[in-house]
Amino acid sequence: MSIKITDLSHIYDRNTPNETVAIDQINLTIESGQFVGLIGHTGSGKSTLIQHLNGLLKPSEGEIVVSGYNITEGLDQTHSKKRSQRKKEARARKKKLIEVRRRVGLVFQYPEYQLFEETVEKDVAFGPLNLGLSDADAIERVKEALSLVGMDYNDYKDRSPFDLSGGQKRRVAIAGVLAMKPEVLILDEPTAGLDPKGRDEILGQIKHLHEKEGMTVIIVSHSMEDMAKISERLIVMNRGRIVLDGHPKEVFKHIDRLEEIGLAVPQISYLARALVEKGFDIDPTILTVEEATQCLAQKLNRKTKSGELC
Amino acid sequence: MIVTENLYFRYADEKDENCFALKNVNIKIKDGEFVVIIGHNGSGKSTLSKLLNGIYYPTQGKIFIDQLDTSDESLIWEIRKRAGMVFQNPDNQLVATIVEEDVAFGPENMGLSSAEIRLRVDEALDSVSMGDFKRKPPHHLSGGQKQRVAIAGILAMKPKCIIFDEPTAMLDPSGRKEVMETIRYLNAHDRMTVVHITHFMDEAVHADRILVMDEGEIVLEGTPKEVFSQVDTLKSIGLDVPQVTLLSYELKKIGFDLSGENLTVEELVEELCQLK
Repeated sequence: MSIKITDLSHIYDRNTPNETVAIDQINLTIESGQFVGLIGHTGSGKSTLIQHLNGLLKPSEGEIVVSGYNITEGLDQTHSKKRSQRKKEARARKKKLIEVRRRVGLVFQYPEYQLFEETVEKDVAFGPLNLGLSDADAIERVKEALSLVGMDYNDYKDRSPFDLSGGQKRRVAIAGVLAMKPEVLILDEPTAGLDPKGRDEILGQIKHLHEKEGMTVIIVSHSMEDMAKISERLIVMNRGRIVLDGHPKEVFKHIDRLEEIGLAVPQISYLARALVEKGFDIDPTILTVEEATQCLAQKLNRKTKSGELC
Repeated sequence: MIVTENLYFRYADEKDENCFALKNVNIKIKDGEFVVIIGHNGSGKSTLSKLLNGIYYPTQGKIFIDQLDTSDESLIWEIRKRAGMVFQNPDNQLVATIVEEDVAFGPENMGLSSAEIRLRVDEALDSVSMGDFKRKPPHHLSGGQKQRVAIAGILAMKPKCIIFDEPTAMLDPSGRKEVMETIRYLNAHDRMTVVHITHFMDEAVHADRILVMDEGEIVLEGTPKEVFSQVDTLKSIGLDVPQVTLLSYELKKIGFDLSGENLTVEELVEELCQLK
């Protein structure tokens, strides 16, 4: 499902001495089925932006259309004189927000802290039940969602979410969002605090979801290495604006610019740059260990055979 | 500085008598040493750090911090003064509304004179390069700055050792860099003993020694070069090595004349240039 953001601005504490522009006139189109990475230093506006996408924040200006459905329209409180009119509008707003959240699922940072039910099954079923699904349909959703994050329904359904490991808790929390069958899945730092294996597992499952279900995915991350590995498009934010946008290979070419705004590039990009400076004739846009291994193997072998220096 | 002897620990709500969160941990950390502990989630790293600080007591065995026994409750404040702790989430550690008041919290609790407190707060903030932010409210700071204020709060108590429990997990790249530079500075400049727990393998390359934990035990121990050259062992217990180390290892495996244990970009570039 495509997302179209037009002239979006968000100003916190407007008309007070603390007025802060968090989002500054953003225009952005995300095509259906894209896998997008969103990076930027703390306070660059990433979280503010994604909170708009499922109606948690209301734009100060601009609009957002998710697959033809304008999610920012009709959220304003009106001040009708008649009580019955106000009630009617409140109901319409509520309905609207449910519709928005059914389409766009948001997984917060450290989502495991939001688990609250007695069993894994009840926790994952909470969303679908709130959408008004019957018990039987909700259970179907739970089964599906748990299997999508690589957990067996029968093994885990009756366990307390609080007895699981950190990585498992996080997967249950993600399943809770997937159970609502969103068309767009947004994750805010899904791997923060996880060990390397847990990190690779979660990312692998998100990638799999994206490929299998064709879901549009937006991941906010501080890990340049992870973004290099999995995203198809990388958007860089600074001071509420988009400063770079493109394929990771394209974006990570701008080492100095990224460092200037408090970011970094994957270690392999630094290596590639250093090697190019030393006169190695290699592709400066390599990002991953696999690419580097291949590239160097090719270059250096050829050299040993011909006996030439580079 | 830190010694553990046959340390075993079982959580109070663990019903199985044989299920220990820590098993037979024997470590010795010298004054001024920089030790990094790595291990997967649930391997016992954080449990160990909480035992070192007297938040938990050993089920069996002993821990001595600067020769003080942590199971002696009367020594607990003395121990925490000597071994301070910095946690993952900067927002959970700052208590005051102004940076300098936050840093003063520890020394105030120690009952020091106000002149001494003033001195210590200024010194501590200078050590983490946050002197200019003295009168700012903490919520106006970035994650890395907040974490440095948290470190200053510990420094103001003049500890001999600081235990960092994933202090960079929630920070962006520049915040991580700031905090790591601060930690390295304190270790190199003030000879502070540092125990640093992390999931970022590249933060471990500058350590004097790395301890690897798995299932509550120390399974590997050595200098960064020694530890990170065990790529397969580390992978089998859910860990990783820095990207350059992995690249060096992969290239060596397919027949390149490399040491296979380069830890930094510069080292690998140098070795590759030799091959050129």
